[in-house]
Amino acid sequence: MTTSETLQPAAPGSLATRLPPAVQLSGVCKSFAGTATPVLDEIDLEVAAGELICVLGASGCGKSTLLNLIAGLDRPSAGRISVDGGHAALMFQESALFPWLTAAGNVELALRLRKVPKGERREEARRLLSLVRLDGAADKRVHELSGGMRQRVAMARALAQNSSVLLMDEPFAALDAITRDVLHEELVALWEGNARAGRPLAIVFVTHNVREAVRLGQRVVLLSSRPGRVAREWTVDMPQPRRIEDAGVAGLAAQITAELRKEISRHA
Amino acid sequence: MPEPLTTAPRELAALEAGLDALETAREPRIRSLRNLRRSVLPPVLAAAALLGVWNLLVLARIKPGWVLPGPGDVYDALVGDWSQYGIGAALWGSISRAVIGFGASLLLGTLIGLAAAWSRTLRAAVAPLLSGLQNLPSVAWVPIAIMWFGITPTTIYTVMLLGAVPSIAIGLIDGVDQVPPLYRRVGGNLGARGLALVRRVLLPAALPAYVSGLKQGWAFAWRSLMAAELIAVSPTLGPGIGQTLELARENQDMALAFAAVLLILALGILVNLVAFAPLERRLRRLRGLERA
Repeated sequence: MTTSETLQPAAPGSLATRLPPAVQLSGVCKSFAGTATPVLDEIDLEVAAGELICVLGASGCGKSTLLNLIAGLDRPSAGRISVDGGHAALMFQESALFPWLTAAGNVELALRLRKVPKGERREEARRLLSLVRLDGAADKRVHELSGGMRQRVAMARALAQNSSVLLMDEPFAALDAITRDVLHEELVALWEGNARAGRPLAIVFVTHNVREAVRLGQRVVLLSSRPGRVAREWTVDMPQPRRIEDAGVAGLAAQITAELRKEISRHA
Repeated sequence: MPEPLTTAPRELAALEAGLDALETAREPRIRSLRNLRRSVLPPVLAAAALLGVWNLLVLARIKPGWVLPGPGDVYDALVGDWSQYGIGAALWGSISRAVIGFGASLLLGTLIGLAAAWSRTLRAAVAPLLSGLQNLPSVAWVPIAIMWFGITPTTIYTVMLLGAVPSIAIGLIDGVDQVPPLYRRVGGNLGARGLALVRRVLLPAALPAYVSGLKQGWAFAWRSLMAAELIAVSPTLGPGIGQTLELARENQDMALAFAAVLLILALGILVNLVAFAPLERRLRRLRGLERA
């Protein structure tokens, strides 16, 4: 096995175990008025500091509801949720950048709302944009950017929130395969960069793409649908950087897909 | 030992730069000359054609001159008799009322809109009322305003306000109502709550609809002003284009009446062309809603 010191992730269990968990859900239930089955039922989930976990499930498994709950945009019907630092940054399938601001302006708004002093915002926004290699696009408007560039600006904006938890709701689902592949590398590089800098970033990455989940996650959590429960969990032991076409990734993905299909067939 | 399947950061950077370059190929800008030919020429030609047809009808003498004056007669009434009819003073009178009346409408409409943007309940309460008012021809208020305030400037401004304020407030309210829910969620996640959410997210998002509301508000203000001036005629009130029109009717001066109507039309269009259209276009272009 070839190792490269720059791209090696923080070994799980080194720094992570000494820190409090990034996200902790215990017995979380969510039901909406007028529906019999709850969307989420008794979810117990712990995300360690600096851990990258992927949450996988078919439609109706409440993946997005789960993220909304962790992000504090919605309240659970029962159970407890705690988030390290009290706040998690959130990214969506659409970049949801504000079209009246430039790329840098979008990042600066996040800094401003975090009460970063005015004098520091500009430089900090540039720094964050350069992390996603968009230094040249700082003054561009959202409509002048491609889909992949928008998601990178959205990543920079999420990093600007300075949370130790990043929630991603199918962030690359609308991108073409080539761009998605590049953004996988970008995300892992950012995540490792944070770990190296001693500021571990826990990522909860929601997707319906099994290979993407195995490509990215240290752990893959499969949710069942209606009600959403943690059906199974896999630890992905392959070192980063992985490639989506790796045999190991494909092998585990096949195994998880079989499980997912079984889960879906129960609803027939 | 297998080759690592990794992309070194430098390669990743090159890959990304390539993708970015490929996916943001610049759209060619339409040349300004072609733009001019496309957008300016057709309306100018249409106006010229209308003028030609008008002139032909006059030359054919299908109606006597005092019923259908020619373009030349109207030009004489407008320019030749500028001071005789006091058209210059009338124009000035109307323009200064328009500025005050529209300015007041802008202020009041915006305040109502802002209050409604702030509170969902207030928005639900006043929106139907405002749309109702918007659909009511403001000229209907003239008799009531005259009974309240007599033939005074207050009457004119009241009618203008009732005409323009609903459009301006509704523009802002609609704008806030149509803010994509995703923007609110993002704003909330970024930490914008209460006033910060309104100021940093809702108002910027609502700006194009607000400007559309202003544009419509101006059209209503101008119409209301003319309606009020036409009905509220008194020496104490001073001149205005509406009053000039009424004067033309009393004197059976068709050329002057035409001249006054043309002036009303021209001013309405001019303000739109100089103020609102460029503002709207700029906003749309910056947000990528319109090609540069």
